[in-house]
Amino acid sequence: MSAINLDNLADFIRGTAILGTGGGGDPYIGRLMLQQELEKCGEIRLIDPDDVGDDIFTVTVACMGAPTVFGEKLPNATTAIEGIRRIEKEVGRSVNAIMPLEAGGVNATLPLTVAARMGLPVIDGDGMGRAFPEFQMTTFNICGVDCSPFVMSDDFGNTVLLETDSALRTETYGRAVCVKMGGIAQVASYAMTGEEARKSCVARTVSLAREIGQTVREARIAGEKDICDALVDYFETSNPPRFSQILFDGKVQDIVRETRDGWTHGQVFLEGLDEADGEMLITFRNEYSQATVNGKTVAIVPDLISVLDRETGEPITTETLRYGQRVKVLGVAALPVMRTREAVEIFGPRAFAIDEEFQSLETLAWGEAEAVG
Amino acid sequence: MHIGVDVGGTNTDAALLDGNKVLSSIKSPTTDDVGLGVVGAIGQVMQQSGCKVSDISSVMIGTTQFTNAFVEGKKLVPVATFRAALPATRDVMPMVEFPPHLKKPIGDLSYLVSGGYEFDGRHIAPLDELAVAKGARDMKARGVNSVAVSSVFAPINDQMEKRMAEIILNEAPDAELTLSSEIGRVGLIERENATIMNASLAALSRTVVNAFRSALAELDITCPFYISQNDGTLMTAEFAEKYPVLTFASGPTNSMRGAAFLSGIEDGIVVDIGGTTSDVGVLKGGFPRESAISVDIGSVRTNFRMPDVLAIGLGGGSIVRGNSDNVRVGPDSVALNLTNKALVFGGDTLTSTDIAVAAGYADIGDKSLVSHLDPALVEAAVDCIHALIEDAVDRVKSSKGNVPVVLVGGGSVLLNRPIKGASEAIKPELSGVANAIGAGLAQVGGEVDRVYSYGDLGRDGALDHARKEATDRAVNAGASADTVSIVSIEEVPLTYLPAGAVRVKVKAIGDLGPQEHAA
Repeated sequence: MSAINLDNLADFIRGTAILGTGGGGDPYIGRLMLQQELEKCGEIRLIDPDDVGDDIFTVTVACMGAPTVFGEKLPNATTAIEGIRRIEKEVGRSVNAIMPLEAGGVNATLPLTVAARMGLPVIDGDGMGRAFPEFQMTTFNICGVDCSPFVMSDDFGNTVLLETDSALRTETYGRAVCVKMGGIAQVASYAMTGEEARKSCVARTVSLAREIGQTVREARIAGEKDICDALVDYFETSNPPRFSQILFDGKVQDIVRETRDGWTHGQVFLEGLDEADGEMLITFRNEYSQATVNGKTVAIVPDLISVLDRETGEPITTETLRYGQRVKVLGVAALPVMRTREAVEIFGPRAFAIDEEFQSLETLAWGEAEAVG
Repeated sequence: MHIGVDVGGTNTDAALLDGNKVLSSIKSPTTDDVGLGVVGAIGQVMQQSGCKVSDISSVMIGTTQFTNAFVEGKKLVPVATFRAALPATRDVMPMVEFPPHLKKPIGDLSYLVSGGYEFDGRHIAPLDELAVAKGARDMKARGVNSVAVSSVFAPINDQMEKRMAEIILNEAPDAELTLSSEIGRVGLIERENATIMNASLAALSRTVVNAFRSALAELDITCPFYISQNDGTLMTAEFAEKYPVLTFASGPTNSMRGAAFLSGIEDGIVVDIGGTTSDVGVLKGGFPRESAISVDIGSVRTNFRMPDVLAIGLGGGSIVRGNSDNVRVGPDSVALNLTNKALVFGGDTLTSTDIAVAAGYADIGDKSLVSHLDPALVEAAVDCIHALIEDAVDRVKSSKGNVPVVLVGGGSVLLNRPIKGASEAIKPELSGVANAIGAGLAQVGGEVDRVYSYGDLGRDGALDHARKEATDRAVNAGASADTVSIVSIEEVPLTYLPAGAVRVKVKAIGDLGPQEHAA
């Protein structure tokens, strides 16, 4: 059985940053929380989704709020557990495994800390396969898992339970409560059975993060192969394999960034290192949502777009983008569960105000015929 | 007249300045007894110019000793950390990421108590004063005297930290305190780390500042002296004794300030080429641009202001390998062994300095020793050296377009072609002692970095408040009030929160005010 421990923690954290696809919040605090917890418990066990039995009853754990606040009034594993207890009471069943809501960014770590504290295993998967900004943007929601009861807890152990008719409404009401809780709330939601978890999750994203980090580290030490090429090779062999491609190799020419309605909107322009490579434009809305080369779309949500330092492979977030950075842009195909018609409605282009149909990375790379064949 | 001194790891430099003129300057080796080196350097520079002690109105010293001591974990004292935050933040204790070699001298004694603020200024909980007092007594009983005080959202409101300080001093009157609100920015753990770093340097800062004091006394210099901060402004010796971390990375800062002064370029890029590496940074209004990201010091993350400097592996001692089709310069270097390893000095290693000599634009050592080099190889290496610098210059720029580039440091002889991306390339005279000159420039500053609610105060009200506080801080630091001006204002709205919560950073700078001579 695989596990997260002090030896692979740094790999896992680097992977969650890359899966943050430009957003997801700084994993720094999450790393410290996990490190402190692992020093006590040694390791956190992962259960492969295929091995999740019908005896499992699980709940997702995440933080809601403003990343700036996360850095001051840190995420609180202790009261996240209060939220889980409240759900157990509400549904009359004990939780025996924890499920991450999000694979990228700061929320990839809190569930592991909570699981360690509770002495429970973590299901190796999540509901986003990357980072997304809102609670309705999950494969659980798409597959019909109810996000209610949705329990928010503050540092005092106060809980607020939302029972709504849709995950979108929960997200809206939840934000208001979150502000009153001081800009950060621990959230337990999407309580589900083993069967539901198995069918609805994006599989093996905890080990995916760990293996991404490991690939970067090993490529750096070996120093022979380009780190981004090493990642593309890795994704061919990940479980399940994922199509991926280096979409662009260039340098940052200009950034337009604006914060409004609680979102960071913006665009970054890249120029090819070779002039013949033309220009890339990446649009972001908290995370990178669309990449075009010379006006032609090459990747679009929910497929993953990551901007990496071209030498070190270190991910560059929408907040740390700066003129002059030399980067490679990596596109990674989202798993099929994230590309269904229902999924694309919830977290496809239009959910990010892009007036375009979703086209898979493969289709965009090879054209329609080959991709289908 | 001012004297600027730069105490580096290798050299102690001094420069005597009169207004906008450099009267004399010298370079001497740094000694184990830092005070002796300072006495030597100041003595020499005064002797050289023939100026009298009574002519000196102030002495400014830049030093890298605190950075080095912290990174190496040497001469640090145990620290007790008080954090007002409960019930929040209990899942990350102070010092989680400090490596063993730092945890050993500093220990990890900490007291978490109820308190702290919300982002909008509400209390998380009232400060548990009894718990603070109890912690202070316990700390005293354990013989710990240096204290780091932090609280959640202290950059929004420092009152709780100030109250904690009062209570701790009441129980342990000799305690030496560092408040996080005085040092870091938003980001509790990074700010707390910087606070602990500062507290751990309490003994060393006293020793070093006293060594400077005695050095000046030995020379009968009684004028006030100042220490340079890493933003290019000065602090009084008393302030430096309390806040040694504010000197971290002041070396590159002083060099950039000196380069600005010597070249007259206020906005541009400075390339400081040493023996092994080059530091490349951006000047904005004569001051270095600050780093926008967190900086790790000795593998501990901090978020206090640091100059934004890109270091690349190119210097006068960089080793040159390969042939004319595939030449590589650096990143390794013969470093301090240049004068016996480089070909021009009769050594056996081809270095970047040899290339500059062979290309005919530097006159160092014996040029006949490089006359055998393949001209194509020399040409390729010169291309490579320029390309490395051009690439670094482009990386640090904040936008497209050509800007002036100032070249300083001993390795600046490596460059003599126009630099792509530069509107002009200037190699000022005296660039070898740019550090000391930068230290000797007499400006002081004050800054504010906190979250305001525009909903409550209005944008104008909030900005006025921040401007006034930054100005007050500059005046308190020694600026003469009529010279203080606001040099930067930055507003960053916080995401995922209702409109109105905005992080505001304001910086004020002024000239050093009239000084009183010590008796």
